[in-house]
Amino acid sequence: MTDLSPARLQVMWNRLLAVVEEQGQTLIRAAFSPIVRECGDISAGIFDADGRMLAQAVTGTPGHINTMAEAVQHLRAVFPTQMMKPGDIYMTNDPWLASGHLNDFLLMMPAFKDGKVIGFTSCTSHLVDLGGQGMGPEGSDIYDEGLLIPPCKLVEAGEPNALLLDIIRANSREPIANEGDIYALIACCEAGVTRLLDMMEEFRLDDLESLGAYIIDTSRRGTIEAIKEVPEGVYKNVLRMDGYETELEIHATLTVTSESMHVDFSGTSGCSSKGINVPLNYATAYTVFALRCIVGSDIPNNAGSLAPFTVDGPKGCILNAQRPVPVAMRHTLGQVTPDLVLGCLHQALPDEVPAEGASCMFDLPMRHAPEVARDGGREFAIEPVHNGGTGARPHSDGLSATAYPSGVFGSQVEITEAVAPVVMWRRELRPDSGGAGKYRGGLGQRIEMTASNDAPFIVFLSVERLKFPALGRMGGQAGAPGRIRFRDGDTDIPGKGELRVEGGDYLILETPGGGGFGPVTERDPDALALDLKRGLVTKEGEKAYKGAS
Amino acid sequence: MTITTNIRLAIDIGGTFTDTVLVDGEEIIASTKTLTTHQNPADGAMEGAARVMAQTGRALDQVTGFIHGTTLATNALIEKRGATVATVTTEGFRDILEIAYERRYLQYDINLEKPDYLVPRERCLTIRERMSAEGNVLIEMTDEAIDVLIAELDQTGADAVAICLMHSYANAGHERRLREVLAEKRPDLVVSISSEVSPEAREFDRLCTTVANAYIQPLMESYLSRFRARFAEEGVNCPILMITAGGGMCTIETAARFPIRLVESGPAGGAILAARIAARAGIDEVVSFDVGGTTAKLCLIDKARPQTSRQFEIARAARFVKGSGMPVRIPVIEMIEIGAGGGSIAGVDRLGRLTVGPQSAGSEPGPVAFMRGGEAPTVTDSDITLGYIVPDTFAEGHIALDPNASKFALERVIGERLELDAVGSADGVSRIVDESMASAGRMHAVESGKDLGSRVMIAFGGNGPLHASRVARSAGVKTIVIPPNPGVGSAVGFLFAPVSFEIVRSRYALLDEMNVVSINDLFDDMIAEASHVVKQGAGVAETLTERTAFMRYNGQGHEIEITLPDRALTSTDIAPLTAAFETEYGKQFSRPVPGMKIEILNWAVRVATKEEAVPAMPQAPERKKITVQSTRPITCDVDGTAKRAAFVARADLNPGDHVAGPALITEPQTTTLVSADFSAHVDAIGNLVLVQDQKGAAQ
Repeated sequence: MTDLSPARLQVMWNRLLAVVEEQGQTLIRAAFSPIVRECGDISAGIFDADGRMLAQAVTGTPGHINTMAEAVQHLRAVFPTQMMKPGDIYMTNDPWLASGHLNDFLLMMPAFKDGKVIGFTSCTSHLVDLGGQGMGPEGSDIYDEGLLIPPCKLVEAGEPNALLLDIIRANSREPIANEGDIYALIACCEAGVTRLLDMMEEFRLDDLESLGAYIIDTSRRGTIEAIKEVPEGVYKNVLRMDGYETELEIHATLTVTSESMHVDFSGTSGCSSKGINVPLNYATAYTVFALRCIVGSDIPNNAGSLAPFTVDGPKGCILNAQRPVPVAMRHTLGQVTPDLVLGCLHQALPDEVPAEGASCMFDLPMRHAPEVARDGGREFAIEPVHNGGTGARPHSDGLSATAYPSGVFGSQVEITEAVAPVVMWRRELRPDSGGAGKYRGGLGQRIEMTASNDAPFIVFLSVERLKFPALGRMGGQAGAPGRIRFRDGDTDIPGKGELRVEGGDYLILETPGGGGFGPVTERDPDALALDLKRGLVTKEGEKAYKGAS
Repeated sequence: MTITTNIRLAIDIGGTFTDTVLVDGEEIIASTKTLTTHQNPADGAMEGAARVMAQTGRALDQVTGFIHGTTLATNALIEKRGATVATVTTEGFRDILEIAYERRYLQYDINLEKPDYLVPRERCLTIRERMSAEGNVLIEMTDEAIDVLIAELDQTGADAVAICLMHSYANAGHERRLREVLAEKRPDLVVSISSEVSPEAREFDRLCTTVANAYIQPLMESYLSRFRARFAEEGVNCPILMITAGGGMCTIETAARFPIRLVESGPAGGAILAARIAARAGIDEVVSFDVGGTTAKLCLIDKARPQTSRQFEIARAARFVKGSGMPVRIPVIEMIEIGAGGGSIAGVDRLGRLTVGPQSAGSEPGPVAFMRGGEAPTVTDSDITLGYIVPDTFAEGHIALDPNASKFALERVIGERLELDAVGSADGVSRIVDESMASAGRMHAVESGKDLGSRVMIAFGGNGPLHASRVARSAGVKTIVIPPNPGVGSAVGFLFAPVSFEIVRSRYALLDEMNVVSINDLFDDMIAEASHVVKQGAGVAETLTERTAFMRYNGQGHEIEITLPDRALTSTDIAPLTAAFETEYGKQFSRPVPGMKIEILNWAVRVATKEEAVPAMPQAPERKKITVQSTRPITCDVDGTAKRAAFVARADLNPGDHVAGPALITEPQTTTLVSADFSAHVDAIGNLVLVQDQKGAAQ
């Protein structure tokens, strides 16, 4: 038996964290899906023999936090450990088991040592296309959205299931890319197992029990200490959202005890008929992420640090969508749940929680109009991503044109224009869009674009906060709502659905600004003067800072 | 060497020390470390030069080659001591810097601020004009627009201007014209244009690079001319060449135009040295390991060529976190740098986790043992407590050490919290810091699609030889090479750099449908430009030209570098290039994906003087075990027990000499720790080679 002093255990913990990050990097490197590469929309984790998560990669999007932990438990429940063989890999893309929509594939592989399962590695990645209606909110149920693969054995003793791969290929518009992504996932699982076993060899570990207990206990203790700093109580919040066919309300009740935080979505509107519904596992991921940004953010994600946070909601509400409703664009509302739950936490910790932000990214998939392809014109498909402003912080202004809670990268205009026949004529901050306050919300941005070759194209919209802006806190004002329109059009364009842009159209997209924090009367005059000098606030916008009651 | 007299001088000005090396042909005849003189760095350099001249009885007018590297450019960017810069971008794109990549570099930190990109919005100006991605003019730039811009520029008070217009990499016409008009109407302004500094697509990166260049240009221009004048006065009559981040040399004139290429040039010297050793010893896969007081730097070297990159980040704000600095797109030797070195501070966090770095005690106040006011225990204090640093031989006796102070600090800060004694605390610190260096190396290898464990480590820098065997064990590395003069490794490396210049330019093409005529024209231009620059430094020396395309599957992220033939392309090249890409892709990602289209955005040209042939390695000397005269007590880093380590002066070792671990091999500027599971021998050219014993790592 090896020496298990705290310093040694910690070296091993550090190693496990390094292994999952390496696994994640392996996956990102080989990924085909642009969202994976640009946003790191993947995750990788290591689990002990009981399926308790010991380490998880910190990747670009929070949507995999604890969805992966739950998925591993699901797969273990379906496939008894004693039936597993070395080289087996199990998978599913069931949105209610994996990560909220069909594009996310989740794999799990047992790690064997001396003929015994001592743990598991798992990884998740976003695949380009699973058939159906594709990535958009237009499906009417999950069957419209593409191929659902229930828990199954993807690889048996090192041999990939050829029939399953055939089925996946046959059901996708991007069969080559999908296959590439699946092999990347397999390689990621295998790399994780190899590295885990190497590490156990190096440190002379026969199992992960002592190490797991150390990680989980230390993390749980540290998390509970952090929760104890939060005043106990029951805190409620409501957000109004644009929705698709109708406006929505999302509700949260946060109950803080001396050692746990529980969020309940009771009161939240029912599901939409279109694919903006959110399975609970995904809503939970973003909710817990937001809480952990404020409470115990110095502790890595694992079974110990996640256990004190629980989330529930009435079945059938839009944040606990039930089969078979469509869920393809579950991130549209999923990304707003941090604002919802932070609004609760703010009541307990008024000096630590930022104001609401744009939150939902302006993810703008676009492609040539169908007749362009038919007539031999230039075909293209791109997915530029742009963001609005974040909410003002309790001690500083919000960040302009910056993603939160997602960790997405914004696109570069020169790249967009190189690969697609479009011209972006403007991409600039929107003056006065940041909510006024003692601290100003981050500014949104204004993007103007046309086709470069007079050929029509389609934009697939699923964005939020065009009707209801990001609200301020502690007397801070709301940020400007987003806006989409044609320069020569009479009416604004709604945030969800397919938008056809004709050759001569000049499209203007404005992303929302973040809310302000604290009363405008307390704005530092020098900060306001600097904003005026920099043109972030105009003479007109300065009025918001005057005559405030 | 073909020339009979070949006395060459290399000077590397670092943050704390200035390293000077003098060689005659291949042989290092003197080296020294002097303190860097921040007020006027040429003073410290002159002191070093005078010292090596005196030691060897030579004079500066006998020097036939002079190579200089400096951190001045890097430091000016980190310490924000540059010019007042204004930016000029295309109308509609005023906020390229502030919008950046729209990303927070730490996911859970809601209070972070975005990096400071040096130019606030009030100095961000725009001009009406527009190019398309293909380089066609969509909106002309009028004289009136230029006049309006100049009036606005006058308002900003800027003394340097960074011009970055949309798609200028495809058509530089508007940028050049704007520069000409500014040169005529505002001759005092220093102007950098993006199509020259970094002609790559991605407006944010290109603008950042141009801003950084403009920011340090006035400072570097004046520094370089003063440096040259100073050495000319003292008799130097050969040209002074500057080492670049890409691991080549350029003239002072080129350096003054593109000072951004000097950033991070010091560490590049270390990688060149490691590559040279790899070439000579015939080692295919190497990781260089350079540890100083504040940071550790690792570079992967395959077939004696350091890994290169086209971008890196300067002035990372937050603990070396990716994304917290200013991205710069220039050709560089790719390195991973982490905040772990001798001065890194150890502590215990609120969860009872032992932490080391990235904060560093630096040289002031330094480790506790230095008795200069440092109170926080450092990695050096742990190494002293474990017995690896022997006080009486440390730093040639220039710095007195108090080992008890180290022990008390470790007990107080770490021992009391974790119920460990001083030695146990020191052992923990060592394990954490060595693991973090190894883990940074593993991650870097994974990001590059490579393996770390199969490599030979070449270790240098003040703390590299001391930590090499411990880090190697964590990284799974079995063999370590420690060159002679490891303390001044970067400066030694300068002496092996070619005169070279590399240009990367963007032009989008699908490989299948590539217009070879237009690509050939692009290459002709790039080669003419690079050759012109190299000729200035290389004169009539023979040069070689390398052409490269960066290819990727359509829509995929990672570009793969494919070497092109050094001649005009024809359409018959497309099939073999496709095959070359798929083979390389298969190597890096285990399988190719036939049927995907291949696209190319970036093309590169490198013109360089031919590298001299590497002298053959003499026959391996016969191994003989030395008789150990002296030992010192240490705590074994393998199992934590007390042991006695052989204590040997490196100067006393001859080729073939063999010593089993544990051992401490000392030399003036550093000590090599040979762990108990390693043994060391000296090879035919004086390298110390550490090999892990067959039984592998024992716990």
